[in-house]
Amino acid sequence: MSKGVIAKTLHEFTDALERTLVSEDSAHGHGLLQSLDPRVKLVGLLALVVAASLSRKLSVLGVLFALGIVLALASRLSPFSLARTVWLVAFGFTCMIAGPAVFLVPGQVLYQLPQGSLAISEQGLHGALLLIVRVETAMTLSALLVLTTPWMQLLKALRALAAPVEVIALLAMTHRYIVLLMETANAMFESRQSRMVGRLNGREQRRLMVNTGGVLLGKTMEMGNQVFQAMQSRGFRGEVKLLTDFRLRTQDYVAIPGFAIAVAAAILAGR
Amino acid sequence: MHIPDGYLSPSTCAAMYVASAPWWWTALRRTRRKLLGRGLPQLALFAAFSFVIMMFNLPLPGGTTGHAVGMGIAAIVLGPWASLLAISFALTIQALFFGDGGITTLGANCFNMAIAGSFAAWGIYRLLSHGAAPESRRRVVAAALAGYCAINFSALLAAIEFGIQPMLFHDASGAPLYAPYPLRIALPAMMLGHLTIAGFAEAAMCAGLFSYLRRNEPALLNLPSLPAAVAQRAASGLWATLAVALLLTPLGILAGGAAWGEWAAKDFSSVAARAQIAAVSGAVQPPAAAPAGLARLATLWTAPMPNYAPHLAIKSAAFGYLLSAMFGVGLILSGIWITQRLWLLASQRRVE
Repeated sequence: MSKGVIAKTLHEFTDALERTLVSEDSAHGHGLLQSLDPRVKLVGLLALVVAASLSRKLSVLGVLFALGIVLALASRLSPFSLARTVWLVAFGFTCMIAGPAVFLVPGQVLYQLPQGSLAISEQGLHGALLLIVRVETAMTLSALLVLTTPWMQLLKALRALAAPVEVIALLAMTHRYIVLLMETANAMFESRQSRMVGRLNGREQRRLMVNTGGVLLGKTMEMGNQVFQAMQSRGFRGEVKLLTDFRLRTQDYVAIPGFAIAVAAAILAGR
Repeated sequence: MHIPDGYLSPSTCAAMYVASAPWWWTALRRTRRKLLGRGLPQLALFAAFSFVIMMFNLPLPGGTTGHAVGMGIAAIVLGPWASLLAISFALTIQALFFGDGGITTLGANCFNMAIAGSFAAWGIYRLLSHGAAPESRRRVVAAALAGYCAINFSALLAAIEFGIQPMLFHDASGAPLYAPYPLRIALPAMMLGHLTIAGFAEAAMCAGLFSYLRRNEPALLNLPSLPAAVAQRAASGLWATLAVALLLTPLGILAGGAAWGEWAAKDFSSVAARAQIAAVSGAVQPPAAAPAGLARLATLWTAPMPNYAPHLAIKSAAFGYLLSAMFGVGLILSGIWITQRLWLLASQRRVE
């Protein structure tokens, strides 16, 4: 039991670190979306997410989902990896939320269960399906953005779209330290697990987790001071400067109208 | 509580971005000076810490585990403005990079957890730890309650956002277009898990980290925290807000009918009330007579001020509302004052 909690937390860290590595790896691949300018990709894919949110028709959402799959394949992303990390997760979670709506939303009865007073309503079924397909589509399109764009380029694209420079600098630093702190926490839990032979009761487990969090917070603050000193030694004087050296290429000039047509068509057909 | 894309309508998402924007702008403006120096790496590291702490599985009584968000400890250590930025950055990276929470719903998630959560945690901690000695146990209890209330307040906001979707966004046949459950289902479904599991995880993590910091890094907690003048100014603001809220209570008269599920036994025999009940219950007719249990228990206690209308020679309903509100607030404040006095007395006895 006690090892179970540590193992569970370790599993979450390992999973997150693995996803970080996989997304960085796929972002540097040679596929369709990887070859596009990050600004075009950011605006285009986010506009498609918004179009999916606006759509009220299952057929339009289905086409947008299919477009997401085609883009993923053209960008050389593994469909198995997408299924494991995006589709199954979104499907399981949304089914759990939307499933009871099939019975709870009042409306025209499609099927009365043999025993009891439960009935599947047409409105409930339609609403649940709409929610599931919309969430799958939006999550697939969002995942495409992250899996085909290196994090620093994504931040630069946000800066090019007028996000405040302090926000970009903070996001960049936060991302860097998330990976570092995850590795630190991972090492702390691994060393603890390797030295543990007995069983801890619930109270001891809570104390272990909270104390580990406390030590991590202490290390975080200490690291903050060291990082600031390092920044000062490298000439940081309170100004954040980012290099934005993006240049649109032929494929971007093709992608811009492509995204625009897809978004406009989805919004018009989905009303 | 991280709302994914697709659960909220685009107009709700846009409204939540608009609601969050002034808070982000003010927070950036207020922390800009700090960001020129040591504050920049400190804020980034605290955001990263919040992210990592969300991945800690905390064992809870009953054999289950829960996750904390970290809004409580962030608000206590950084203050509400820097905390709302730190939690917003953690949520942004979760949404953009790890797909936990949507991009279109980021405004709503930040409003619920980073903004409302940080201010709720900070306000409750300040209120409950006011005047407590740095080493007082009351500060730990205040930190735990701050975390517990903050995460539940965030969950309540998320539940309201979910619950208004089927009311506002449905197609011609009545099929919901986004989150399918109305408030009467969304509120209990969301709050049950947070009042029993997530709330305790946040409370345990917040109190535990507070104790750890007080023991090992007391400088981070700025104990005793605010100068008296600032605390007094904050208290004046709270009193002014309370006074305005009191003056606005007669607005409750504008709401027509009774709240769903708050019907009196006599409503079941009134034609007008029956029509109202059916209208707000999906056209389902109420039973012909008041349920036996309701009719029996309804007479168990007669409130001194039923329907916020005191048994006095008051003709104005608005004045009756105002008087009831003042009476209620007075009772709550007296209760808190008496509890505080008893607590202080107990603390003094322990010291002696």
